Amino acid sequence: MTKIYVPRDMAALAVGAKRVLAAIEKEASARGETIQIIRNGSRGLLWLEPLVEVETPEGRIGYGNVKPSDVPSLFDAGFLKGGAHPLSIGKVEDHPYWAKQTRVTFERVGIIDPVNLDDYVAHGGGQGLAKAFEIGPAKVIEEVTKSGLRGRGGAGFPAGIKWKTVADAPADRRYVVTNADEGDSGTFADRMVMEGDPFVLIEGMTICGYAIGASKGFIYLRAEYPQCAEVLTEALEAARKAGWLGENVRGSGFAFDIELRIGAGAYVCGEETSLLESLEGHRGIVRAKPPLPAHVGFMGRPTVVNNVLTLATAPAILAKGGEFYASFGVGRSRGTMPLQIAGNVKYGGLYETPFGLTLGEIVNDIGGGTLTGRPVRAVQCGGPLGAYVPPSLFDTPFDYEAFQKHDSLIGHGGLVVFDDTVDMMQMARFGMEFCAIESCGKCTPCRIGSTRGVETIDKIVEGVDVEANIELLSDLCNTMKFGSLCALGGFAPYPVESALRHYPEDFRKATLPAAAE
Amino acid sequence: MSGAVPWNEARAQEIIDAHLGLEGPALPILHAIQEEFGYVPEAVVPQMAQSLNISRAEMHGVVTFYHDFRHAPAGRHVLKLCRAESCQSMGSEKIAKDFLERIKLEWGGTANDGSLTVEAVYCLGLCAHSPGALYDGEPIGRVDGEILDELASEAQKS
Ligand SMILES: Cc1cc2nc3c(=O)[nH]c(=O)nc-3n(C[C@H](O)[C@H](O)[C@H](O)COP(=O)(O)O)c2cc1C
Ligand code: SF4
Ligand code: FES
Ligand code: FES
Repeated sequence: MTKIYVPRDMAALAVGAKRVLAAIEKEASARGETIQIIRNGSRGLLWLEPLVEVETPEGRIGYGNVKPSDVPSLFDAGFLKGGAHPLSIGKVEDHPYWAKQTRVTFERVGIIDPVNLDDYVAHGGGQGLAKAFEIGPAKVIEEVTKSGLRGRGGAGFPAGIKWKTVADAPADRRYVVTNADEGDSGTFADRMVMEGDPFVLIEGMTICGYAIGASKGFIYLRAEYPQCAEVLTEALEAARKAGWLGENVRGSGFAFDIELRIGAGAYVCGEETSLLESLEGHRGIVRAKPPLPAHVGFMGRPTVVNNVLTLATAPAILAKGGEFYASFGVGRSRGTMPLQIAGNVKYGGLYETPFGLTLGEIVNDIGGGTLTGRPVRAVQCGGPLGAYVPPSLFDTPFDYEAFQKHDSLIGHGGLVVFDDTVDMMQMARFGMEFCAIESCGKCTPCRIGSTRGVETIDKIVEGVDVEANIELLSDLCNTMKFGSLCALGGFAPYPVESALRHYPEDFRKATLPAAAE
Repeated sequence: MSGAVPWNEARAQEIIDAHLGLEGPALPILHAIQEEFGYVPEAVVPQMAQSLNISRAEMHGVVTFYHDFRHAPAGRHVLKLCRAESCQSMGSEKIAKDFLERIKLEWGGTANDGSLTVEAVYCLGLCAHSPGALYDGEPIGRVDGEILDELASEAQKS
């Protein structure tokens, strides 16, 4: 029976994977062909979705951008045996976008059936946890520390140190919380790993729970990901059924379970203390730190809050060793980063690679430049709180410290490409507006400052006292940077300042023609 | 959206009670209430406050903090259009503005015939296929005016 892979990844669904699946099933039954459909995650070659794959003795052959109307011709071309067709991309694993990646966190994503535990195990799943049980909690933390893994949610805090802090905090209970709020524009890696390999997150959380002495974990998933919630629910049930979660995880005597919680559309709830407030059932108002969640977290107990990618990388680190992971990367940015190439870009997708590629290589060589074919003018790195980077800085290597040097951040690894039609003053305005919409309201600089920022930019748009208002805007940015409690108000100025710095002409459009008259 | 039922206090209490064993049950309850009734009726606030042993003011604060909890029923279909940066890079703002003009709606508004509510969202994780949208929870990538017009007329028919 021929195995056919049709992704259930949300991005594949967004471009018609479900209709393609129906067409394939219909055509197969009309032709009396027996096929086995597997709903995999996405390979991350997102511009090719829906990417249908057929298993052949030579490997998996891919057909990209399949429309329902292509399906009869695919059958005519013998695609069940990997036959030639204009949509064929050949062996998916030979495609340069795939072949050049270093997949560690995303090892299985797109390859396996995400909710089939046997498939997970057949592809190396479960070895990390087995190793953890073998070496004991203290050695697990040592291994994670040795790997150099830093939090992938944005701040880049060393994961091993956080785990150790929680493990060492005296308490009657501890918790593991996965931050799956993924609110940054231009990011989808958390979603893809949860939809394509949910067991790796479950395993990573279990490893963390074991290491820190927690028996309960939560996944706080944003409400905008309903398909992802379905996959996670199926996977959690399968894990419980197989004894991978519950009173006695895989016969180890260690008890651990995970509860899935859904957010309610607040960006700030991705901030860890706001998330904990929300999880407890309160408004998502940010807590002052200290105390850190590692000391006083969920229900006042020591809590590890980690991003999806951080936790989903733990199994590979345990299975292959901290040194293996640390052997990738540059400087203090060890390991690999699942880049998310997005926006106005030709080859948008997920690309996992060691730290250290330059931004230009990522945007132009891997991403292929803009989709519109126009020149790249700006790349916003690290989500709505990240800077706009012009092509003149494209030689910056992708690592935490190199980006910081230019007042930018890599954040969660999202890169949003803009062509030369972008109005950077409007992007700056949006940055302030977004902060105003999403502010939790606790601090004045964030809550009021962002609204003032929008008003000030509106004056600049109209050409009113442009230079004075630009100065006022810069002052506002400073006040927000230094007077905000959390990184929403504290970092919202970065996109604005970068726009002012690198694209000053966009803020003076209203004055220029007047001056020329 | 899928068959929301009219407000019913006893049913609401059942939903609340079913979640009381959870640690921090407020959001799961609110989601379940909205799933059942299509919105979070004002009447549920005192009821939840009592069950969760918190003040009405605090409960009210929770409901109003989150963008996703509706204070009134939505249209029969809900279209969420992404307005975040990646989608803007692909022209989402103009596509949305023109569409809203054509169907004479503002952001957050519901068509007079109750067929469609259009709401703003900020990133759907579809940023490699910007502009992105969710129509009754189904994702749509590479949104353009034509797709939106089709959805609006589909919404009127069902
Ligand atoms: C406004 C705001 C939004 C955030 N959103 C997220 C998010 O969606 N996902 C995430 O993992 N971290 C987010 N963070 C970072 C978290 O506060 C926290 O640093 C992270 O969850 C820690 O996990 P890590 O060490 O594994 O990165 C956000 C921070 C701020 C200030
Ligand atoms: S900076 Fe903004 S979001 Fe963060 S705590 Fe202050 S008001 Fe809330
Ligand atoms: S906490 Fe009050 S101004 Fe920041
Ligand atoms: S910014 Fe629109 S889907 Fe991500």
